Amino acid sequence: MLIQICGPGCAKCHETLKTVQQVVAELGVAATVEKVTDFQAIARLGIFATPAVVIDGQVKCVGKVPTSNEVRGWLG
Amino acid sequence: MNLSGSVGQARVPNNRFRFILAGVVGLALWLPLYLQLERLAGFFSFRLLGLAPASKFGEAVRFFVYETPKVMMLLVLVVFGVGIIRSFFTVERTRAILAGKRESAGNVLAALLGTVTPFCSCSAVPLFIGFVTAGIPLGVTFSFLVAAPMVNEIAVILLYGLLGWKVAALYMGTGLLVAITAGWIIGRCGLEGWVEDWVRELQAAAVVQPDVRLNWQDRLSYAGREVRDIVGRVWVYVVAGIAIGAGIHGFVPPDFMVAIMGREAWWSVPLAVVIGVPMYSNAAGIVPVVQVLLEKGAALGTVLAFMMSVIALSLPETVILRKVLKPKLIGVFIGVVASGIMLVGFLFNAVL
Repeated sequence: MLIQICGPGCAKCHETLKTVQQVVAELGVAATVEKVTDFQAIARLGIFATPAVVIDGQVKCVGKVPTSNEVRGWLG
Repeated sequence: MNLSGSVGQARVPNNRFRFILAGVVGLALWLPLYLQLERLAGFFSFRLLGLAPASKFGEAVRFFVYETPKVMMLLVLVVFGVGIIRSFFTVERTRAILAGKRESAGNVLAALLGTVTPFCSCSAVPLFIGFVTAGIPLGVTFSFLVAAPMVNEIAVILLYGLLGWKVAALYMGTGLLVAITAGWIIGRCGLEGWVEDWVRELQAAAVVQPDVRLNWQDRLSYAGREVRDIVGRVWVYVVAGIAIGAGIHGFVPPDFMVAIMGREAWWSVPLAVVIGVPMYSNAAGIVPVVQVLLEKGAALGTVLAFMMSVIALSLPETVILRKVLKPKLIGVFIGVVASGIMLVGFLFNAVL
């Protein structure tokens, strides 16, 4: 599973990354979590508000920090 | 109400009443406490601490003890309310609304939407790209980008709490006006060529919007998170700002600012803007400072111009926008917005 966290790296993006990493560790899911900071790459994914979470090419959340419960729902 | 997905269905309807009840009880507790704050602050400073009401220190303490809980309470209430409104807007929806609009009407709409669309300033670049690829005119996009940080609930509520509704309304009205006209002027100049080439070559990507339907519980919990998030982030600035304000309130003579920021000093408006543009602060940090300046004899126009330029334009934002705009366009953007702000400053100093 490939989880992409899109955002230039502001406080909210870091928070999103932390939440996702925590849930991944907690559930023991085999997933690569990667940050996408390049604006061009972000735009190509069709994302216009950050932070955003993309799992295996599917956009799960845009423009807000997800709660751990939401992340659990995507991974479970 | 449309409950979608398993999350929604798992909830008991009872929950809704619990939420409403909590809201009513919360408001019932909030209001009397808010109305008593002034008396409580006086009681605390002069009776409990035994400070002399006329003394400078006593006055400074009373100011701090009154303003801090007052502003914090207002902040919690308004951020919660705006959070609920915000839950109805997303960047994608705003983009879709603006996509079919021409200039003029588009500028007005963009500025208005800028005030309610949830937007974090580090999102400025992806948003810019999204707007431009959706065919939204450049000027309309700029109206949004100016209004979004400048006219926000924190600025308006702090102005209301500390300076009264007239100043808050003036700020909001002129802020929108600056955003609308600045965007309109930039649009008229036909500067599309000054957007970085790679942005223009980008194919309009399909908008990806995760299918999220919210019910009222989701909106309320979203608003609750906004309160935790925003108040958690800005309370330090608010307290620090009020503490500085309290010190100046008690100790600095009332006409201290008249000479440098009073109405007579015409050059104070451009100076305020020149100082304000590179500065970066959120509304929470700047409003208590504004209050002190006004109280000490600074002119309203000068102070509003200062506040607007600090909040609306900032060095970090222009650095980030550089990724999508050529330097010339950044120059025009700053120039037009700063001129608009200056005009507002001069206007108020002349009229009021």
